[in-house]
Amino acid sequence: MAPLFYVLATVAILAALCLVLERTPVYSALSLIVVLCSLAVIYLLLGAEFLAVVQVIVYAGAIMVLFVLVIMLLNARQETSTDRSRLARWLGAPLLLAFLGEVIFAVWQRFPPETAPAATALVGGPRAIGELLFRNYVLPFEVTSILILVAVLGAVVLAKKRL
Amino acid sequence: MLPLAHILALSAILFGLGAVGFIVRRNIITIFMCIELMLNAVNLAFIGFSRYLGNLDGQVFVFFVIVVAAAEAAVGLAIIIAVYRNRGSLSIEDFDSLKL
Amino acid sequence: MAMRFDLLLPLLAILVKVGVVLVALLTAVAYAVWLERKVVARIQSRWGPYRVGPHGLLQPVADALKIFFKEDIVPSDADRVVYWLAPFLAFTLALLSIAVIPFGTSITIGGHTIPFQIADLNVGLLFVLAVTSLGVYGVALAGWSSNSKYPLLGGLRSSAQMISYELSLGLGVVGVVMVAGSLSLREIVERQSGLWNVFVQPVGFLLYFTAAIAETNRVPFDLPEGESELVGGFHTEYSSFKFAMFFMAEYANIVTVSCLATLLFFGGWLGPVFGPPLLRALLPVLWFCLKVFCFLFLYIWIRGTLPRFRYDQLMAFGWKFLLPVGLLNVLVTSLILAWRST
Repeated sequence: MAPLFYVLATVAILAALCLVLERTPVYSALSLIVVLCSLAVIYLLLGAEFLAVVQVIVYAGAIMVLFVLVIMLLNARQETSTDRSRLARWLGAPLLLAFLGEVIFAVWQRFPPETAPAATALVGGPRAIGELLFRNYVLPFEVTSILILVAVLGAVVLAKKRL
Repeated sequence: MLPLAHILALSAILFGLGAVGFIVRRNIITIFMCIELMLNAVNLAFIGFSRYLGNLDGQVFVFFVIVVAAAEAAVGLAIIIAVYRNRGSLSIEDFDSLKL
Repeated sequence: MAMRFDLLLPLLAILVKVGVVLVALLTAVAYAVWLERKVVARIQSRWGPYRVGPHGLLQPVADALKIFFKEDIVPSDADRVVYWLAPFLAFTLALLSIAVIPFGTSITIGGHTIPFQIADLNVGLLFVLAVTSLGVYGVALAGWSSNSKYPLLGGLRSSAQMISYELSLGLGVVGVVMVAGSLSLREIVERQSGLWNVFVQPVGFLLYFTAAIAETNRVPFDLPEGESELVGGFHTEYSSFKFAMFFMAEYANIVTVSCLATLLFFGGWLGPVFGPPLLRALLPVLWFCLKVFCFLFLYIWIRGTLPRFRYDQLMAFGWKFLLPVGLLNVLVTSLILAWRST
């Protein structure tokens, strides 16, 4: 199980690098889909079965389709690099990588690699997640349904040519 | 056994890459995709913790994050379409009418 | 050494199953094309393929040879990577969902019980829905990468249609999941040993079947690839082997959807079983294949008979009729189940 995690982690990191470095938006979108699918398999390895499939259905299968369709509709071309954001590139990226290093260091201190998983590692099957969603978290669940309704209405109104 | 630190390290790396992409890229759709990458890195951290604390609440939270990301992607892309119609460009350097 | 042999045998069994299922699926796809041409021809009072082998049975072989020898034309400004990726993606995803489909009960060889299923996931049904959602990419990317207006329009229309009908597909299935209490395909079939789900969830079945026809881009929902409308839709600029992959992907999708319809609504492999143990293991597979064949025939019958929907009629039907009906079905089913459990 552990070697598979490292393989998937490598795939995810390579695809994320591709996402950040690619000039064509469609290739970036395809790289993000690869990241999402490898993360879904990692979720399966960590016992989140329902979430792994939800990740593929909703994130990789619906949200990214939306991205890809918008990229095609707006005919997004390749990015050309100009010199206007030199400060962002030469100062921002290294500072962020330093921040990243700091975060990993702090995490490593707090959770050293010898931390064992909990004895009762629960498997997130549909029944277990459903019971939690509809008992403890029923209020956030209903609120997200209203959120989705608002988002649908907002998207329709914002993208209309004539109100 | 898979150490929690490794899962969190992967999450941090993905988050960092997403943040770097957010700062460096100029096409607004690519910036949006870097935001989605950051959200996914956070999801991975949640699921890692859920596994190592033996608590399914982390997974329920990831469910909510996915739902909210879907809603946000829909509205965000609609805004991008509206802005493209107004400006004719997808580069954030052309969206500078609020600059002094 | 004994432990490794213990691990090796299930692995070998899985590899053999994968090989058998792939060969069977590809043969089914090839002969589904033959069946379609024959049935549509008979509906139109003509013979169909007749000369290549008895009653045209070797026609798929002739077609395959022709496709391999055709010239491969690539549009000049097509995006090379995505143009090559799209048909392979479509074909791979079409073959992927067969991994969770159970064909029968199980067979016992030398003390080891081997189930007639490659992977028994307890979220098997969601896996099939996930692969269906990913199938939209094959179409959308093909349409975009061809760098031509008909494929782009056909690809966009087709992907919009597919994501719209995915919702109705899912809702039609939710009723079945509520009745069976499980997402595992094997358990859903085993719960139907009393009464097939088509009698318990008739609305769900109609919803599922209609949405499935729309998902696989078949008549009457095949405007995005109708020849008289958009030349060829998203696969206009594809030739030879890559076009063959799209073609095979479409028929593989039809076979998968028919398999799922029999599993969810028509009792899968349940049917009269008798005789010695070997016959007892193989008869369910026969019943399953017979039921899938009936669905294939129904698909082809509908193709030969019905006219095509216009695109706005198609989208209005999916969003304004099927989706509310699906939600109503879920509501009524849950009310009846709740009333029954008190």
